[in-house]
Parts: sequence; C-alpha cells; structure tokens
Amino acid sequence: MAEAVTTAETTEGAHSHHGEPDFWSKYIFSTDHKMIAMQYMFTGMIMALIGGYMAYVFRMQLAFPGESVPGYGTVTPLAYNSLITNHGAIMIFWVAMPILIAALGNFLIPLMIGCDDMVFPRVNRLSYQIFLLSAIILIASFFVPGGGFGGAWTAYPPLSAQSQYNLTPFGAPMWLLAVALEFVAFLLGGINFITTTMNARAKGMKMYDIPIVVWMIVIASILFMASVGPLIAGAVMLLFDQVLGTTFYNPDAGGDPVLWQHLFWFFGHPEVYVVLLPAMGVVAEVITVFARKKLFAYKTILYTTFATGILSFFVWAHHQFIAGIDPRMAHIFTVTTVLISIPIAEMLFCYIATLYGGSIRLTTAMLFALSFLAEFLIGGVTGIYLGASGTDIYFHDTYFVLAHFHYTFFPIAIIGFFTAIYYWFPKMFGRMMNETWGKIHFWGTIICFNGIFLPLFVLGMGGQHRRIYNFNNFPDLATPEMQDLRIFATWSAVAMLVFQIPFLINFTVSLFKGKKAGKNPWNANTLEWVAPSPPPHGNFAEMPVVYRAPYEYSVPGREKDYWPQNMPD
Amino acid sequence: MIESLIENVSTYGGNIDGLFTLITVIVGFWFILAEAVLFYFIIRYRRKKGVKAQYVTGEKKKEHNWIAYPHYLIILFDIVIIVGAVMVWYKVKQDLPPADETIRVTGRQWAWVFTHPGPDGVLDTADDIEMVDKLHVKVDTLYHFQLESKDVVHSFSVPVFRLKQDAIPGRVITGWFEATKTGEYDIQCAEICGIGHGIMAARISIETAETHQVWMDAHGGSAETRRIAASEKIDQGKAEDNNNG
Repeated sequence: MAEAVTTAETTEGAHSHHGEPDFWSKYIFSTDHKMIAMQYMFTGMIMALIGGYMAYVFRMQLAFPGESVPGYGTVTPLAYNSLITNHGAIMIFWVAMPILIAALGNFLIPLMIGCDDMVFPRVNRLSYQIFLLSAIILIASFFVPGGGFGGAWTAYPPLSAQSQYNLTPFGAPMWLLAVALEFVAFLLGGINFITTTMNARAKGMKMYDIPIVVWMIVIASILFMASVGPLIAGAVMLLFDQVLGTTFYNPDAGGDPVLWQHLFWFFGHPEVYVVLLPAMGVVAEVITVFARKKLFAYKTILYTTFATGILSFFVWAHHQFIAGIDPRMAHIFTVTTVLISIPIAEMLFCYIATLYGGSIRLTTAMLFALSFLAEFLIGGVTGIYLGASGTDIYFHDTYFVLAHFHYTFFPIAIIGFFTAIYYWFPKMFGRMMNETWGKIHFWGTIICFNGIFLPLFVLGMGGQHRRIYNFNNFPDLATPEMQDLRIFATWSAVAMLVFQIPFLINFTVSLFKGKKAGKNPWNANTLEWVAPSPPPHGNFAEMPVVYRAPYEYSVPGREKDYWPQNMPD
Repeated sequence: MIESLIENVSTYGGNIDGLFTLITVIVGFWFILAEAVLFYFIIRYRRKKGVKAQYVTGEKKKEHNWIAYPHYLIILFDIVIIVGAVMVWYKVKQDLPPADETIRVTGRQWAWVFTHPGPDGVLDTADDIEMVDKLHVKVDTLYHFQLESKDVVHSFSVPVFRLKQDAIPGRVITGWFEATKTGEYDIQCAEICGIGHGIMAARISIETAETHQVWMDAHGGSAETRRIAASEKIDQGKAEDNNNG
C-alpha cells in the first residue's frame, strides 16, 4: 500500500508541473502511459521488421536452397536454425506481446476507463526499460561468436542446455536471458493493467460497463501472470544448466529433459490466449463502431473468455503427445483441448451475430477486423486436427502445424495490430490515415498472407517436417511439385513484405500531414473519444462520469445512432 | 484425403487418414457455415442511406438461442471427434500387439542408427546388424522398435506409416509398426536437433521375406557387420556448414 501512495503522489506531482519537459523526460524517461505505449509500439514495429526480414531470408533459402539470398548472402544450416528460432521468438515475445498487450494496454486502459494515468507510472516506465534491455540483449546475441541461438523458440534441452550440442555458447544464454527479462517486463506491466482497471475507473463505470478490449487485456494479464511463474523458474534452471553446469535437464546426471517441455508449454499454451484476447477485444470495439451495433451478448462473451482462460491451463500437453509422455495421458489432454472449441466458437458466433442487422461501413479498420474473423476461423478449425491425439501423431512438427499456428498468430499479431492502428491512429496522433492506401495495404496483405500459408498446409499434409534448411536431403520431399509450392509461398511472402511499404508510408505521412481528426471521428461511444486527439498529459480536461454500457449504438427512439458512455441522457 | 498426397503403407495409417477425413467433414461443415453467414451479413447489412441499424442486445432468451443451439451441436460433434481420436491413439500408441521382431532405433547428432536383430532374431547378440541411416524391414511383419537417443531430443518420423515418436535421451520408448507394402521411403528426424537436423535423413526399405533374407545373408552373422561410423555424418554436417559459410 505504501507503494501505491507514493506513486500516486508522484503522478500528481508530474501532472501539476506544466513546464515544457525536455526531450529526455518527454520521450525517453516519460511516465505518461501514452508515451510508454508509443515506446512499446515503435519498438514492436521495429522488431516486426527484423522478424519479417528473417522470414524473408529463410523463405528464400527454402525456395532456392543454397543460392545466395539478396540482402543477406548464403544461408548456412547454423544461420538457418538461428533465423527460424529468432523469427518465432521475436514475433511472439517482441512483437505480439509489446504491441497487443503493452502498447494497447497502456494506451487504451486509462483512456477507456476514464482516468489520468496508470496507478503505478514508475513501475510502468521500468517495465518498458526492462523490455528495451531484453530486446537489445536479443539483437546483440546475433553478433556474438557462434551466432544467435538456434534451438527453436521452444528451446528443448539438452540441445538448448549444452553448447557442445547447440554450438552457440554465447547465443543460447543471451537468448534465454532476453526471454526471461521480457517476462519480467510484462509481469510489471500486467500488475499495472489489473490494478488500474480494478481501482481507477471513472465514476459510474461498473464492471459490465468496461469496454471488452479492456476486459480482454486484463484477463490476458491475469493469464500471463498465472502461467509464467513456472517458466521463469524453468528458464533460470536452464540458464544454470548452460552457464554453471548444473544438470536439471541433463539425463546423464539424473535430470529430465521433458520437465522443461512441461514448464514451457504450461506457459506456452495460455500464452496463445494471452495474445489472442487483446486482439479479440480490438475486433469487438471496431465491429460495433462500424456496424453501429450493440455487441451481441456482452456478458456471454465475457464468460466465454473466462472459460477459455481457465481451460487454457489444462491443455498444455497436447504439444507433447508424441514426446514420450504416458500414452494414457494423451486422452485427458485431447478432451480438454477439443472442449476449448466450445467457448471459442461461442465467442466467434457472438461476434458474427453482432453484424446482424447492422449498418456496416467498410473502413480499413473494419476490413481488418472482419478479416480477423474470417482468417482466425481457419486457424481455429485446423487446431482440431492437432488437439485430437490420433491425427497429431502424423501432423506433429509438420508444416501443417506451422500453417495452423500462423493462421492464429498472424490474425492476432498482425491483423490485430493493423485493426487497432487504423482505428486508434486518430486518437494516438490527432490525424487521420489515408483510407485508399489503407485499402491497398489491406488487400495486398490479406491475399499474400493466404498465398503463403495455404500451400504450407498442403506441404504439411504431404509429410514435410519443420526446421529443415534444405529439403533436397529428403528424396520423398524433393519432388518438383512440392518445390513449386515452396516457391509460391516464398514469392507470396516477398509480396506481402512489399505491401507493407504503403502502410509505412501512409503511417509516416499521416503522422505529419494527415487530415486533422476531431475528438470523435468514428462517432464511437467509449471514453477515449471524449479526450482531445491526441490526449494531453492527464488525458481529460474534465474527468468523465459514466452513465451507461459501452455499446449503445442505434438505440431506438434516439436521433443519433451513438450514445457516448459519458452523456447524461 | 492425405493418401492423395502421400502413400499409406502401414496397418494403422488408414485409421489416422480416416480420422483426418472425419474431422475434415465435421469442421468443414462449421467452417463453411460460419464463413457463409459472416460474408452474408457483411453484404446484406452494408450501410444504406436512411436505414438505421437494429438494436439487438443478444441477451433475450430468443436471441441467445441463435448461439445456444449451434453450441449444443458443437458439443455433440466434439464428442464424436474425441471418441475417434481416442480410438486411433489407443491403437497406434497405447496398445502394443505382440511382436514378430524387435529392432532398436538410436538417434544421435545427426544420424539414425538402426540395430537389426540379425538371423537369430534377438537383439544384443553377436549377429546384430547395425546400419546407419538405412532401416530394413519385412512387409506384413509386426515390428517393435526401441527408440533411444544418445544426445538430444530427436523424433523418429516415418510419414508413409503416419508414425512419429520423440526419442528422449535417458529413456527407451517402445512402439510398433507393420508395413503393408514393399518399397523405399523417407525416415525423418522431426525434432530440431542442432545444425545437422536438415541432413538427418534416413531411408526405410520394406522388403519381401526373400529379399530381406538376401540382404541379411550379405551383411549378417560375421565380423563384417557393416558399420558406418556416425562420426562421418557429423563431419559431413560441419563440412557443409563450413562450405556454405
């Protein structure tokens, strides 16, 4: 409690000084939740470019094995392993997490619940600083002798634990240290999100008046905090195995390598929902605004979210069906995994039902939100094959798995991010983005995305396994037909990267030259649209009071088709 | 559906392919239905001048039934899928039918070492035939395999059998297969195991009893037992890395 009091005082202090802050205190050491959100967002975007570049390099190697990749050079097996490992780790831990949880959570929570800042602003600043440190350590690990870690983002020991096996004596511990620090950063962030939402809501905002996206980020933070503990412990043991020579995972000395797999996936599966939920929340905000509809069955969505979150703690071993666990255990995890389809399907049905009877405006944000639903469905249904133990025997560690989780993670991390940025850009920067370029970006991204991963489903069904730098070593996989599919996927990936250029230009130009956005350009109900665009330090000129639930659109008998939460009548 | 992309030559591969088809029918139905409704709504309820959106809370009993009934159906289909998965899994992984012959499969960085029992049909005797990256089995014969790893986690994967099993250092994992057709096919390592993961390819030769006997006569029962030092393979992996770098 003492902590709460002191930080509350500092916030108060920071807000009352209205002198022009210098560059360092405004952009680098800020405690303002919006600035921290921007720091997270821009760091995440830079990391996304690095992760995308890595994907480009290894896709080129797969399409044209052994040939020099323009902009990189020849890909060695050691480099290939490092590229795929760090692509996965970056996209999940340094792109999806900072953008969906940290950037959106920081930017939206105080604005949407109507308060002036996070309750622990300095903890918030510390969170970003630790995150930045983790990103720097990760990037530095590519340049140490031996290169970056290449034992896959799952880092199974003994490969990850002993440098005579992984051949990256410095890369492996640095990678692990970076991941562990990243977890610490998000634990600090999560504390803030949960505490702020529970304690600092505007007057009149009851539990069921909290916008879904805020709920989703809070529930995601709870899931993260509850699942990451065992993995941090596991990561410390792995780090000790690497650098101090302990034998927690070394079978020659009585350790157990499978222990790591349990600790990793006990976190790893809830982690999927940690990033899914904020994206689902973003989509809920956008479809209600652009369909001018009340969210269908708000409470049901909330309860299915809780159900999904709880179930997600009991499914982890479906990643380990063939990892030598007791075969009887597979049945239990098949049941829990297949059952998770119930709350998730129900949630998606509610979203689709929200569109019924709407007045749908296909803005770029809305297109991205709708494509999230359409694409995520593919990721969802293909998961059933992998949750069902019988078919997983064949599909485990094939490109079918890879295509499946890209059909979940791409909608979550990339489509979710674009939905959010096209929708909240006017609030973040006070200017509108260009819609025409937005739509070019949308169609280019979505079509190319399917062009990458649909062929990979087919390759996976044909028996192509993962993390192979050159399929020519496998006669059954070296057929011209399969190679054609690989080349098609690679060109789609290249095209998709090219289609991000319109976005980057649109983003940069709109920052400075975009049409000025008013307070509420989309005629939305939630509280962030009450604040000026962009919101000043302290957010609201006058603290808002909440009178109703967030999705009262097209209420019969009212002239306007929206009814802001803070409007008395 | 999988058979159109890759042959099935094991006794249980058909069960796995059948389960795949069953799941495809069920999830395909839901997928098409959900996408169809989604696209219909998007087109049907595009904004029109003068038409206001409807106010539907989704909290009335009647409205709630729109999602409640599909959701009961999903529970029903889930049960079908779970029963199918459990049956297939039981057959492939949990049940261990009596063996005609037993082999040992050892994964190491970055080669598969296959220990065949030789003419006496018993492992760990002088006439064992040890081969690197080549497994010889008889068709229509039920094999047990004892899967081991010398160093890191590997995964013994034979796509035409639809079989996959991780090899865990420090453990011996027993499984089984029975081939239904002769031929030569890929064996993969399906779990990343270091820089040579991409060259950890082996072949399985499924032979008639006669051909198998010819092979055994050529290799078994003498000091001439063919061994390719696995270290050669490791050197090959490192050499490739150096050449490329």
